[in-house]
Amino acid sequence: MSVDGGPEYPATTDLTEAPTGSLALAEEPIAFDVDAIRADFPILERTVGGWPLIYLDSANSSQKPRVVVEAVEDHYLNHNANVARAMHALGAEATEAFEGARAQLAQFIGARRSEEVVFTKNASEALNLCAYTLGASLRPGDEIVISVMEHHSNIVPWQLLAQRTGAVLRWFDVTEEGRLNLDKAIAEGLVNERTKIISVAYVSNVLGTINPISKIAALGHAVGATVVVDASQAVPQLAVNMAALGADLVAFTGHKMVGPTGIGVLWGRYELLAALPPFLGGGEMIEIVTMEGSSYAPPPHRFEAGTPPIAQAVGLAAAAQYLTAIGMDQITAHERDITAYALEGLRSLRGLRVLGPDQPVDRGGAVSFTLTTPDGERVHPHDVSHLLDSRGIAVRAGHHCARPLHERFGVQSSTRASFYLYTTRAEIDALIEALAHTSAFFGGLR
Amino acid sequence: MKVEELYQEIILDHYRSKHHSGLREPYEAEVHHVNPTCGDEVSLRVHLVGDTVSDVSYESVGCSISQASTSVMTDLVIGHDVAYGLGLYEEFLTMMQGKGQIEPNEERLEDGIAFAGVAKFPARVKCALIGWSAFKDAVIRAQSASS
Repeated sequence: MSVDGGPEYPATTDLTEAPTGSLALAEEPIAFDVDAIRADFPILERTVGGWPLIYLDSANSSQKPRVVVEAVEDHYLNHNANVARAMHALGAEATEAFEGARAQLAQFIGARRSEEVVFTKNASEALNLCAYTLGASLRPGDEIVISVMEHHSNIVPWQLLAQRTGAVLRWFDVTEEGRLNLDKAIAEGLVNERTKIISVAYVSNVLGTINPISKIAALGHAVGATVVVDASQAVPQLAVNMAALGADLVAFTGHKMVGPTGIGVLWGRYELLAALPPFLGGGEMIEIVTMEGSSYAPPPHRFEAGTPPIAQAVGLAAAAQYLTAIGMDQITAHERDITAYALEGLRSLRGLRVLGPDQPVDRGGAVSFTLTTPDGERVHPHDVSHLLDSRGIAVRAGHHCARPLHERFGVQSSTRASFYLYTTRAEIDALIEALAHTSAFFGGLR
Repeated sequence: MKVEELYQEIILDHYRSKHHSGLREPYEAEVHHVNPTCGDEVSLRVHLVGDTVSDVSYESVGCSISQASTSVMTDLVIGHDVAYGLGLYEEFLTMMQGKGQIEPNEERLEDGIAFAGVAKFPARVKCALIGWSAFKDAVIRAQSASS
């Protein structure tokens, strides 16, 4: 999957006429083979402290297949120049690679046209972009609705916006099972004629819950609100079709979907993007600049001030191509299978409490839990992750950038294991065994 | 280094039964310190009588390392001069920043030397320091409040 031949798609593409289904590679889907997939990820061969690496932290950041790293390397070694302003051959190649990456991403997420894809540095910047630009028309008393299960990056930008504008920040609660409590929201009139913005996660990074975005979007659109979705945990593991999702703006990041760090995506309905004011000012986002004032480029460039993450875009396109070649539906199925297997194993451990749905229904591949020893001692997640790390198992410990959600569930922090296309059942077995060891270790049974 | 060497019995003992735990009156200063990367929190009060640390009381949530370190710290500073306590803070800090290369003074740090191994794990150094940092902060505030 080298980009030697340059991008396969023109810089500007109308995708409405494109046939449905996988487009990035005109190949038949191949059978899902986790061992073959693991061979694409050199890092999975390494050891940690003499133990084989068991990487269960993909919801934090995924590992990278060789093709992604090689695409970035090839770009830097053979095509590197700045985009859209260099008039020489390399400048044209870099521009083509960058805009070609945009077109590939557009296809990957089912966008109607490639101009609906804005490259940012990460999902947080994409969400801040939404808050800043949508906020320009907010008035005191207007309402912004988020949920208690959001990542801090989908909370803090809205808090800042509310402080700036006098708008009121409100939120969806969750049920004890860890689902968005829509019934309560409807009974309380959470979404009403004052609601101007709704912003929620597609998949919770802590609970794993998959939220009913179409329903939420319908609620929002019924009152004229703009619906923003943080899809950082969704795009890596679900086939997402922006045109069908029902949202107006959707943010996600590259490094969780086997792509490079330093690049994120904001997808937006074109008409909406075209109506939004600029975010950051600088080169690339302008049309004409005079000392008295400036006019701005149309989307997506209006929102891409300065030199963009060019090599990262090339890498991200390679990542999208890689995932497409394997098949997003197959990745979703594998994730569901591994998650079901893990939930079953975790349920067998005494003193282990799963936060969020403990059945593999409408949930993604992140499982957060707390662990209490047989003598009633709550093992702190830092200690859990340290014990696991001593056996080469990488998990995340803490509040996972979702402190309000932990508070809602009455716990200070949790341990999270998260899975991806390269996770095996044997790795889950090792996790369960190491957790049993951890429980005994801190329970005084060592 | 094996994980068993990190989690020495001394640390686990302090973790299971923390010394001087709970918030008490009287006190001249109370501080609240957090480790934003993991969410560990400690509320800590200091009661000074003249130049003597008469009491250190605290409520905390956190990992075994942070809890045990705070517990050990209270044992070491209560009943001593403020200057002695702040000197121990500096000594403990030096040990924790020493990447496991610094030979601690057992005479002075007592149970605190059990944390020498923690210094080899950069991610855990903050855990061991949270209670000590809170103590230093509270003492300085208590002194400036009284002067």
